[in-house]
Amino acid sequence: MGRIADAFTSLKREGKKGFIPYITAGDPDLATTEQLLSTIAPYATLIELGVPFSDPMADGPVIQRASERALKHVFGLQDILDTAARARKQIDTPIILFSYYNPLLQFGLKRVAPAAKDAGVDGVLVTDLTPEESGEFEAELHAHGLDMIFLIAPTSTDERLKLVAEHAGGFIYAVSRAGVTGAREKVSEEAEKLVKRMRQFSSLPIAVGFGISNAAQVADVSRYADAVVVGSAIVAEMERCAGDPELVRKVGQFLDGITGCS
Amino acid sequence: MAPLEELTAAYFASRDDDSFQSELRDLLKNYAGRPTPLFHAARLTEHCGGARIYLKREDLLHTGAHKINNTIGQVLLARRMNKQRIVAETGAGQHGVATATVCALFGLDCVVYMGAEDMRRQELNVFRMQLLGAEVREVNAGSRTLKDAINEALRDWVTNVNDTYYLLGSALGPHPYPLMVRDYQSVIGREARKQILEHEGRLPDALIACVGGGSNSIGLFHPFLADSTIKMIGVEAGGSGNELGQHAARFNVAGGGRPGVLQGTMSYVLQDNNGQVAATHSISAGLDYPSIGPEHAFLHDAGRVEYVSVSDGDALEAFQLLSKLEGIIPALESAHAVAQAIKTAREMRSDQILVVNLSGRGDKDVNSVREALES
Repeated sequence: MGRIADAFTSLKREGKKGFIPYITAGDPDLATTEQLLSTIAPYATLIELGVPFSDPMADGPVIQRASERALKHVFGLQDILDTAARARKQIDTPIILFSYYNPLLQFGLKRVAPAAKDAGVDGVLVTDLTPEESGEFEAELHAHGLDMIFLIAPTSTDERLKLVAEHAGGFIYAVSRAGVTGAREKVSEEAEKLVKRMRQFSSLPIAVGFGISNAAQVADVSRYADAVVVGSAIVAEMERCAGDPELVRKVGQFLDGITGCS
Repeated sequence: MAPLEELTAAYFASRDDDSFQSELRDLLKNYAGRPTPLFHAARLTEHCGGARIYLKREDLLHTGAHKINNTIGQVLLARRMNKQRIVAETGAGQHGVATATVCALFGLDCVVYMGAEDMRRQELNVFRMQLLGAEVREVNAGSRTLKDAINEALRDWVTNVNDTYYLLGSALGPHPYPLMVRDYQSVIGREARKQILEHEGRLPDALIACVGGGSNSIGLFHPFLADSTIKMIGVEAGGSGNELGQHAARFNVAGGGRPGVLQGTMSYVLQDNNGQVAATHSISAGLDYPSIGPEHAFLHDAGRVEYVSVSDGDALEAFQLLSKLEGIIPALESAHAVAQAIKTAREMRSDQILVVNLSGRGDKDVNSVREALES
């Protein structure tokens, strides 16, 4: 079994729910990303490492700005993977890449999987690649023992959920509501319905994300989901601490608060 | 994906629905002002000393550009889908104005996303949209032009998908948009075909249109694609130079685009080696986009359409020349097509026929042209 499956299996055995933090690689620079990976690993069931993109159309303003900060430096996917590889020497937490399709396509679909494998990455989620179009890339990932993770949304029909169930590996990422990433005051009730619908079609663990930004919401979503993804709230905290030499430590403190372990 | 599937199903159902099509035809005729004339530009022809040049006068349509062909079609579709709120993006402002116009006609809520840079360049169109009752939202992300406005409109759409229809203005984006926009714009080519047969008794030898996303050009070209003897030229924005960032010429051999995926479409994309989408430049906001409609990418690779680029300077010259010779002030976008037509006509014989799509009128551009000429 891979690291992702292992992580969810041991959660289940312990009767716990998972926590999945997201950070954008290179925000504000790759050296910080490397330190952050080690800092957030103890809190994380799995880490989502965002590949910055010039046109992040699935993201709200907070993660858009993270991409903009990252892209002030010129670096490519290999630099991100090298960063992950250095962190991998320190941590055993599964890491998945959270990317738009174009940066992977330009790197070369055949090159992504072996390079990610070498870096100790465990899976890839491509926001703008649908299961209908993912065949070639999925085959490459599977050949290297990596999972392809898919998004589902409250607007997804049962037919689409079935299609995702046929393709998905690792876990399924349920988007809590129609819309883009970013904090909301309330997590939509649609999320719980979506998770219940998906369980009819797949036995994979289901993580819920988009709009979850505080400890109360994490606890609420953990009632019905196997794991909770927090992205924009962490990225916003990094934005607040921009330029602060204590940034990495402060992100750790923030995670203490949101996961309730201080 | 579900909203796109719903849209695809609704679109195909409307295409086969006689009452929908007859309402569309009625509005195109009595509201938008179709058919538009096919005008023999005698003085421009004489000036070039080559092929007989005809102008397809889309600039004479209501709101001043071809964009309304598509907005009427899609607003009817939105009503059919019971969506009360319309979002759109705009570059030059012509699609935004056309959308705001048709929304006013049907009493629909209208939000138009526009890049901050484009709002500055096309100030007059911003005010027109507001007069028509639309809310114009400034986009400050990325390059602050058309591509960023599309990102923002897509974000709005996915957030408000239950009551909102996304009215994309070019032959871009995910399926079914490129196909739907092409179909609605093909009225240009269908009319031009009929009209040239009336004028000349035969089909033209060449067609020329400018290509931003590619809606006016695909609209002119599509009904002629099967006629293999007709040469077709798509004109991209050559901007101020050949370096990445100085132009929007996706098919340029040097400094051009590579296949990539942007905004749900695989096509040629101007980008760096890491797959980050490049900044673009054109004097015309409507051509200032790093990717191109996927059908154009296909026609390019198939060798059916030739794509060339025209610089800011040559477009400015053509803008002035057409104004003086024919009494027609073209949109800066269309001026790119006119500039190429001048070159191409000269290489053709005087018994040959060239049809140029004059996709819009230039009133919106007079301020930026004045700025450019004075600088």
